[in-house]
Amino acid sequence: MITRIARTAGFSGLLAALLLTLLQSFWISPLILEAETFESPAPAGQHEHDDSAVAAHEHSAEAWAPEDGWQRVLATTGGNLVVAVGFALMLAALYSLREPNRVATGALWGLAGFAVFCLAPTLGLPAELPGTAAANLGQRQTWWIGTAAATAVGLGLIVFAQHWLLKVVGVLLLALPHVIGAPQPSVHESLAPEALATQFKIASWLTNAAFWIALGLLSAWLFRRSRQA
Amino acid sequence: MPITSAKHSIATPVSLSQRLVIAVGASLVGMCLVYFAGFSHIEAVHNAAHDTRHSAAFPCH
Repeated sequence: MITRIARTAGFSGLLAALLLTLLQSFWISPLILEAETFESPAPAGQHEHDDSAVAAHEHSAEAWAPEDGWQRVLATTGGNLVVAVGFALMLAALYSLREPNRVATGALWGLAGFAVFCLAPTLGLPAELPGTAAANLGQRQTWWIGTAAATAVGLGLIVFAQHWLLKVVGVLLLALPHVIGAPQPSVHESLAPEALATQFKIASWLTNAAFWIALGLLSAWLFRRSRQA
Repeated sequence: MPITSAKHSIATPVSLSQRLVIAVGASLVGMCLVYFAGFSHIEAVHNAAHDTRHSAAFPCH
């Protein structure tokens, strides 16, 4: 069983991460790079944004960062791979408890993953380009994780619970994080123009949706295929 | 007789509690991976996975 989960997660994560990297290279990365041209530091000694609310890149000099070009693409591919295998492990774990009876069921699991890890959190904290003002990172991460957890449990109850009362609890759980509200910055500011930010949000949604559907289908296919193994 | 029992042990489904432990364990490992790449505060990890984080709409910076 462990081998089956690991094999499913490894291969489906790898393939979905490659797809994600491809989509990012053509659509997401150009937008990020364009946004970064707006936040490139002013000539030495003239940091205009030093004490503004704008979250400029605070990369300390000592920390390693990939250089633009192949190094950055490679680092992003690695990041995608780790995240994709992580998500695939969660999917495969769920399959081990509730095996999808068709490969197409995997697409539904993928869509659920998209709803939990992308759609619900971005309703409160939209995908941001570098150089966008935002509330405290820790608070946003906490809200993000709480929202994903509440959405996951809520969806699970709505789909699988037998009793109508539990389904109602599921709906309430879906709504709860948005009633509480995501942490917001005191001033909404962005270095990049709004049109670019909107384009980035749409690009991020569609890319993530494609990634999740692919991950769901691939993992369901591989999980069913390795039944005899 | 030994042959049948051997065959049997292969076909025996893993018990529910074992399956639950494996599933929870695998999910936890998965969450750790996502947390490491997407939420870790280590500067070098942040820089490396920077575009992944923005693309996935994880809180960054």
